Amino acid sequence: MTGSTTLTRRVRQLCLGLLGVLLLAALWDLYKAFGPEAGVTVGEQTLVLPRTTDLAMPHTWEMLQRLTEPVTSARDAPSALSAVLDASGFTLGIAARGWLIGVVVGLVLALLMSRFRTAESALLPWVVLSQTVPLIAIAPLVRRWGSALSFGGFEWTSEHSVSVIAAYLAFFPVAVGALRGLKSPDRTHVDLMTAYGVGWWRSLVSLRLPSSVPFLLPALRLSAASAVIGTVVAEVSISLRGGIGRMVVEFAQSAGGDPAKAWAPIFGAVLVGLVAAGAVGLLGLALRPFALTEPVR
Amino acid sequence: MRAMTSAAIQVTGVHRVFTRKKDQVVALDDVDLTVGAGEFVSLIGPSGCGKSTLLRLVADLDAPTSGSIQVFGKPARQARLDQDYGIAFQQAGLLPWRTVSGNIELPLALHGYPKADRRSRAAELLELVGLSDFAQHHPDQLSGGMQQRVAIARALAERPRLLLMDEPFGALDEMTRERMQNELVRICAETGAAVLFVTHSIPEAVFLSDRVVVMSPRPGRIVDVVAVQAGGLGPSQDRTDAVRDAESFFHSVARVRELLHGAPAPGARGVEAR
Ligand SMILES: Nc1ncnc2c1ncn2[C@@H]1O[C@H](COP(=O)(O)OP(=O)(O)OP(=O)(O)O)[C@@H](O)[C@H]1O
Ligand SMILES: [Mg+2]
Repeated sequence: MTGSTTLTRRVRQLCLGLLGVLLLAALWDLYKAFGPEAGVTVGEQTLVLPRTTDLAMPHTWEMLQRLTEPVTSARDAPSALSAVLDASGFTLGIAARGWLIGVVVGLVLALLMSRFRTAESALLPWVVLSQTVPLIAIAPLVRRWGSALSFGGFEWTSEHSVSVIAAYLAFFPVAVGALRGLKSPDRTHVDLMTAYGVGWWRSLVSLRLPSSVPFLLPALRLSAASAVIGTVVAEVSISLRGGIGRMVVEFAQSAGGDPAKAWAPIFGAVLVGLVAAGAVGLLGLALRPFALTEPVR
Repeated sequence: MRAMTSAAIQVTGVHRVFTRKKDQVVALDDVDLTVGAGEFVSLIGPSGCGKSTLLRLVADLDAPTSGSIQVFGKPARQARLDQDYGIAFQQAGLLPWRTVSGNIELPLALHGYPKADRRSRAAELLELVGLSDFAQHHPDQLSGGMQQRVAIARALAERPRLLLMDEPFGALDEMTRERMQNELVRICAETGAAVLFVTHSIPEAVFLSDRVVVMSPRPGRIVDVVAVQAGGLGPSQDRTDAVRDAESFFHSVARVRELLHGAPAPGARGVEAR
């Protein structure tokens, strides 16, 4: 409960996390050193563990080293690291916009559904159904509809399309989580608000929103992860240059001559995910007073 | 008309039928009840006889199928909007993210009282329920009995002339319960509020009340009313622990028990109910 114990717990968690990463790297290189060249197969055909050639499994240190080398053989090419960081920043920006849109849309839907029972029965099935449509299918649609939009000086770009697709994935956990949260106050609390004669809006602010926080926080985290995945996949399917998504595809094409290079954007994707999770974690800290458990009764 | 407005609660010919699909549950059947200003009345009866339903109707948390309910001479809905009553439930129902003091201030904050007034009123009430040292604690740091006392303080925040309490001590152990009963007697004496009190405990009902209303289930009806005060225990505001050993206390307890267990002649219903 006190500050110092939380700090030591945090530090321990961090150390354990790092240890896990190191362990994974060690496992990788140990298998590469001692595993059979042709990989491990079951029966005739099925490969269950990869080949250990440098092509299939570059050394972990080669992957890291590759980051410091120039990204292409061009004269003034930046280092692979800075190229990956640029792409990560680009992707993170789009994902953040998508996440924000998704959170707003999700919250509005949840508010509507908790306010009007008809809205819930009309909307909820569609909300759930929306997530069964594969991203690849909606990406071209979003781009086509978006480019048909024009108002004022606003011009629809591929970046907007990618944000919208990220939002399409991100809104779902928020809508469902917030709806559960808004409905979570027990009857005593709801009766109390009625007895105080306060309207829907006041009871939303003083009761429903605060009690939805414990449901909202995991939903926000999930939706941040969805936004990142949505952004990367949409970048690929819309062929938007500049982000991690395209970079994964482009670098994979050079994997034949430069196997370590293909791993650089993957580290970038992990980085984007970590930053997104961290940002939501900070939000969670700010909302912690409301994440208290119910009092014992 | 004057006589009617002087009553805290006036329930006349109230029915409440719950309909779910094809099932009909008659929760209350032709209930008449009057609670005078400053009077302490308990509702007692087996589980499912409609005690909570009746209390919720008075609080306008639910509407009667037929019949009328007046609180201080106004329709129940108007009384609710005017904040004429304070209410406490079996579950304390404190907001976990608010401090103890913040919870007591909640109704005041919702009704726009200035901050300084809220603070001083909360301090006063914490003093009354003996929790001054816990003002800045959160509900999850309190025992069940302490939470319940906070809930009662919250119900008293706007100095209501009527308190509605649905088994507020139901989850407490016997010792805490008796202490809370003594405190409630003291609080009622200090505030002069009328109380409608739902309980499952016969001694609790007798100890606290001027009158005990005994109910029967399916359909929920008032079987009879035991006039504890008239039975020799004196007004409810003056009760002390000594009352628990008084002969008239045992007499009233026995009478209530008899009404609860033995089915009285149907003709008796309603005669004494007023
Ligand atoms: N919202 C509701 N919908 C349908 N039936 C209800 C509802 N509320 C109460 N009832 C029914 O009305 C009857 C009376 O319920 P009520 O809660 O008033 O009983 P009670 O006397 O308070 O019981 P207990 O002592 O267990 O609290 C019960 O048969 C119950 O099933
Ligand atoms: Mg009840």
